[in-house]
Amino acid sequence: MTSDFLLSLAQAVTKGLLTGMVYGLMALGLSVIFGVMRVVNFAHGEMMVVGMYLAWMGFEYLGVTPLLSLPLIAAIFFFAGYALQRSLISPFIGRPEHQQFLLLLAVAILLVNGCLAIAGPDSRGVQLDSQFDSYELGPIVFDAVRLHAALAAIAIAALLWLFFTATRTGKSIRAAADNHMGALVVGLDVRRLYAFTFGVGAACVGAAGALMITIIPVTPFLAGEYTLLAFIIVIVGGLGSMTGALLGGLLIGVSEAVAGLLLQPSLKSMFSFGLLILVLLLRPQGLFGKSSS
Amino acid sequence: MGEAAPRTLWLLAALLALLLVAPAILGKYWLSVLILILYFAYVGQAWNILMGFAGQLSLGHALYAGLGGYVAAGLFFHYGIGPWAGVFAAAVAAALAGMIVGYLGFRFSLAGVYFALLTIAFSEFTRLAFDHWEWAGGAGGLFLKVDAGTDIVNLRGGPLLFYYVILALAAFAFILCRALLESRLGRYWLAIREDAEAAQAVGVPVLRCKMIAIVISAALTALGGVWNAFYYSNLFPETAFAVGRSIEITLAPIIGGLGTLFGPIVGAVVLAGLGEAFTDLGEALGIPGIKQIFYGLALLVIVMYRPAGVWPWLAGKLGLAERPK
Repeated sequence: MTSDFLLSLAQAVTKGLLTGMVYGLMALGLSVIFGVMRVVNFAHGEMMVVGMYLAWMGFEYLGVTPLLSLPLIAAIFFFAGYALQRSLISPFIGRPEHQQFLLLLAVAILLVNGCLAIAGPDSRGVQLDSQFDSYELGPIVFDAVRLHAALAAIAIAALLWLFFTATRTGKSIRAAADNHMGALVVGLDVRRLYAFTFGVGAACVGAAGALMITIIPVTPFLAGEYTLLAFIIVIVGGLGSMTGALLGGLLIGVSEAVAGLLLQPSLKSMFSFGLLILVLLLRPQGLFGKSSS
Repeated sequence: MGEAAPRTLWLLAALLALLLVAPAILGKYWLSVLILILYFAYVGQAWNILMGFAGQLSLGHALYAGLGGYVAAGLFFHYGIGPWAGVFAAAVAAALAGMIVGYLGFRFSLAGVYFALLTIAFSEFTRLAFDHWEWAGGAGGLFLKVDAGTDIVNLRGGPLLFYYVILALAAFAFILCRALLESRLGRYWLAIREDAEAAQAVGVPVLRCKMIAIVISAALTALGGVWNAFYYSNLFPETAFAVGRSIEITLAPIIGGLGTLFGPIVGAVVLAGLGEAFTDLGEALGIPGIKQIFYGLALLVIVMYRPAGVWPWLAGKLGLAERPK
């Protein structure tokens, strides 16, 4: 292999790692929602796209860079998620998958077409001032925008970890996830906790969207792809494992970048689906997940 | 199990008679709507065998429809083999795919959303594969020659021909499903659906029953795929194997009522009716995507207030309740 090729490969891996971090944050949101409540959030990609649009609108109409509007977007998503869970989703927990699927499909349709109605079908992008900046580490070039997004994603993931390990609510949510009946028995308000969980998961997705818009432009039609991607990452990485979601995101990000380099770009998802099939069959708890009890 | 209630049989006969003469009554546009209703009733019925009868959620049924369509269309395109013969190859191809998906899914004890994701993974994988397969036309698509005349052997012709073919298919599927439900296999499926472990414990051959379900479901769906390919005279991997297509297949039976015989039919009618109403409304309002927003709202209302489906509720009102589940 020529050193040129190795360099291209290293470059692709780097790019994949950075993008993968944002994927990981998106998947983290799903891991929280699906992992705690077993709600099959088929609207996950759509939520991400709404986050991307909100960040784009903040940039386009208010001149606020997505990294700054991120906390506000995350807060909006938290409250919206909380409300959605309390009103619509709560009755569907524990119901058969196909009913959850239809409910969230309806939500997904509403979200995506809401975006379409408001912003139109054209792709919308964000051109940051740091668009063409880069950092160099030896021969490898780090795209500044991607690096900032990846660092922000790591920071948010760290905050989330702190929330689940150090705060009372976070620990209560983990307890309810581990043992629903036990949680009820010790008097935890599980309904409120679930709503909180959905809010937290939604906030992750919104934040991921705000970061993603700095990397690629948004159209309403990206949503389905992201939903699938989120599920692939969560399953490959392992449910109930935060590191699993993040590492899964990195893995998928890298595999997409490398596949795009080595094979035709249109085949890049093939590897992801192949990996999903293998994991489903051979290690359904995911690469980093705990075995199901 | 005894005969169906006489009232049901009369209604069925009346419905069939009505459908037989429908082309004479309906205009071209409404005939095309009815054709789509019958198509979705048919594939919905096929999907229902796996979900409603055997209880396994498949969100990748476009795999079988697409495979069926491509095999038959490909054979016709390259070798001039007519669809009435090609349909057997199509059914076999889909049955094989179903066996692979089913074996992997059931043998490895995937259930619920995990099984659904497996089905999606397979159909997406196939979509990407077909995008790069030149024999099938690749991403550019496969196009069947459209002749002026009516050629029943090669399924070339106007809507009337396709209407009666899909009507026959839908009627066939209905009768087959009735027979399956009433058979011992149908009882096994019911047991598996209600409690697979208990069924296994009393000696129901669970794996074999599930495999039979997916193979039948896949083969029937493939027939629909063949019909679809010849009706539209074209195939693209992007649409034939799309997740959206798979979801479309599931909507009529879920909305209509899982595991029931009339569910897919009622569901297809409801969805078509909603689609037509919202298309008109959407055009009147002129906002992009508004039609889909109404559609989404309708789905939301239905799943919230009639989660078991429209048909069970309707049947209760009309006094035609099917055997309680």
